[in-house]
Amino acid sequence: MSHAEFGPDLVEVFGPSQQDGGPELVQLLTPEGERVHHAEFDMDFSAEELRGFYRDMVLTRRIDTEATALQRHGELGIWAQLLGQEAAQIGAGRALRPQDYVFPTYREHGVAWCRGVDPLDLLGLFRGVDHGRWNPNDNNFGQYTIVIGAQVLHATGYAMGMQRDGVVGTGDPERDAAVIAHFGDGASSQGDVNEGFIFAASYNAPVVFFCQNNQWAISEPIERQTRIPLYQRALGFGFPGVRVDGNDVLATYAVTKAALQRARDGQGPTLIEAYTYRMGAHTTTDDPTRYRLSADVEHWKLKDPIARVEAYLKRNGLVDDGFLDTVKQEADDLGVRLREGCKALPDPDPHAIFDFVYDEIPPELAEQRDGFAAYTAGFEEAHS
Amino acid sequence: MSTQKITLAKGLNMGLRKAMEDDPKVLIMGEDVGRLGGVFRITDGLQKDFGEDRVIDSPLAESGIVGTAVGMAMRGYRPVVEIQFDGFVYPAYDQIVCQVAKIHFRSKGNTKMPMVIRIPFGGGIGAVEHHSESPEAQFAHTPGLKVVACSNPVDGYWMLQQAIACDDPVIFLEPKRQYHADKAELDESITPEPLFTSRVVKTGTDLTLLAYGPTVKTAMKAAEAAATEGKSLEVIDLRTLSPLDMGPVLDSVRRTGRAVIVHEAHVNLGMGAEVASRITEKCFYNLEAPVLRVGGFDTPYPPSRIEEDYLPDLDRVLDAVDRSLEF
Repeated sequence: MSHAEFGPDLVEVFGPSQQDGGPELVQLLTPEGERVHHAEFDMDFSAEELRGFYRDMVLTRRIDTEATALQRHGELGIWAQLLGQEAAQIGAGRALRPQDYVFPTYREHGVAWCRGVDPLDLLGLFRGVDHGRWNPNDNNFGQYTIVIGAQVLHATGYAMGMQRDGVVGTGDPERDAAVIAHFGDGASSQGDVNEGFIFAASYNAPVVFFCQNNQWAISEPIERQTRIPLYQRALGFGFPGVRVDGNDVLATYAVTKAALQRARDGQGPTLIEAYTYRMGAHTTTDDPTRYRLSADVEHWKLKDPIARVEAYLKRNGLVDDGFLDTVKQEADDLGVRLREGCKALPDPDPHAIFDFVYDEIPPELAEQRDGFAAYTAGFEEAHS
Repeated sequence: MSTQKITLAKGLNMGLRKAMEDDPKVLIMGEDVGRLGGVFRITDGLQKDFGEDRVIDSPLAESGIVGTAVGMAMRGYRPVVEIQFDGFVYPAYDQIVCQVAKIHFRSKGNTKMPMVIRIPFGGGIGAVEHHSESPEAQFAHTPGLKVVACSNPVDGYWMLQQAIACDDPVIFLEPKRQYHADKAELDESITPEPLFTSRVVKTGTDLTLLAYGPTVKTAMKAAEAAATEGKSLEVIDLRTLSPLDMGPVLDSVRRTGRAVIVHEAHVNLGMGAEVASRITEKCFYNLEAPVLRVGGFDTPYPPSRIEEDYLPDLDRVLDAVDRSLEF
């Protein structure tokens, strides 16, 4: 049904089928591990960089696997899996400079890894012993945000703060900084994300909007969130949008690096749509067999982000068995550390719930705290 | 030391100016706060003097305003956000309740949230729907927020500066009906009392009348009218709604044995319910009558031609005073 008075047909405007990401997908390494080139985002990678990406992805996947197992054993209340999204996160995470700032969702375990956050610290939130035990300012890695999309506004505001601090567009690579805001395809429907786009465009804020389109918002497919490819929405807000193969760590790295530099240079925001697939469940409480076809999962297994890098490294003689064994041993050691460390995470002191409600505790809350302490002390006396 | 007579609008404007002069990290953000000076002119002249980077005209999106202010606070700024009208705060409600209020707690104090959210509140200006509401209880019910309401020009000047200096997020309620009404003498050389304190504004012996924001004026008129009938009412301006400063309230009720609380907000689960409960817990044997509440009815705010019937006025306050005294 094409009615000319309502404008052209959407397919004509937005192009042909988006199967497998469509023709505008930026890719530097094919699922088969073939290196391909791109007119705009091509770059050279050293063997050391490639091995680094591989190691990061393997270790990140191990964090995810161990945490999933810990949930199955009752040690975590829930876990948000990232299986299949390792390349999107490592590519984005490694493109950052120390002075950049990250606003994550609750699934950015790979980015956390790149920022030097102890993976054990990620588990506390999911075990229920804290709401995120890392200090955001230690690694410029914000706290996990559970309310979908809320952090996109924080990221934009933080970027506006950077503008006011004079750390944008000075030309000094040690000084110029940018923000990256992570969110998913589901979040792209949230008002806060769209308001973040508007504010960032209006003030030309140095923020990269990094959307991992993993095709699913719990059980809702991408078609329920958008009628056009997400990256094309950026144009409507007044800044560029790029769709990158989110299972290709090289392309994700190259595109994110370019977008961050654009932001640091004072040229404003970019939307990156990392086209990927959530291979696991939304979280450990989800059951994807109720709403999606196993054939789709099988199709995406062939695009695995780690396998393609491994194939490229081996084919080009850039790794030996010693390296691969070392990474495997590192992963095993990390697994042991996470298993043991998770079980050793102490429950918080119930009396401590009052401590950080405010910077300055009001007298009435202090009274409540003291009353609770006296109340529990009464039980201790009764038992002694 | 020189003094000057100012309106509430002027007091708030002067308070903002002083805070911006004192601390370069203080920013103002909101709709129309720049060249226009805000729809109530509270930020009049500030963008001209402090520039567009510090007095930021925002896109028309309240969640966006508060959410980006969160990010600026994380970066070390002290944003003062203007919500244009009480009824427009709800698009930002999620950011305020889930983010502003909880970030300090979530981060174990690693991230401070020194933000002030200014909200012109209350009715009586003949406005259309959503422009006359009193949402204070919704914020006072939220741990992590502090909530204050000024009632007069001098408090407007001092309390706003104190709220901006506070490292906790503060919901700052301004009685919009009073913006351009009465003038008061401001002496900038005094040391103001602390922000989170209530204040006895008129002493009396027969009954304690509690109010905040726009109803302080109503309560004072009621006390004057009652005095002509030989009734001595004590009036307390609560000023702080979260935390409540119950000390002066309890001292007063122990002497008078009777209390009536007046607010424009709906009575059901309003501030009056909390205050009445605390008085009952602490002064049970001092009470000669139940604590009574006078407020807006439990209806949506009505069309403005009948708003004076909805709002607690002099007669409804005196009616409650009589019922308490006759109990």
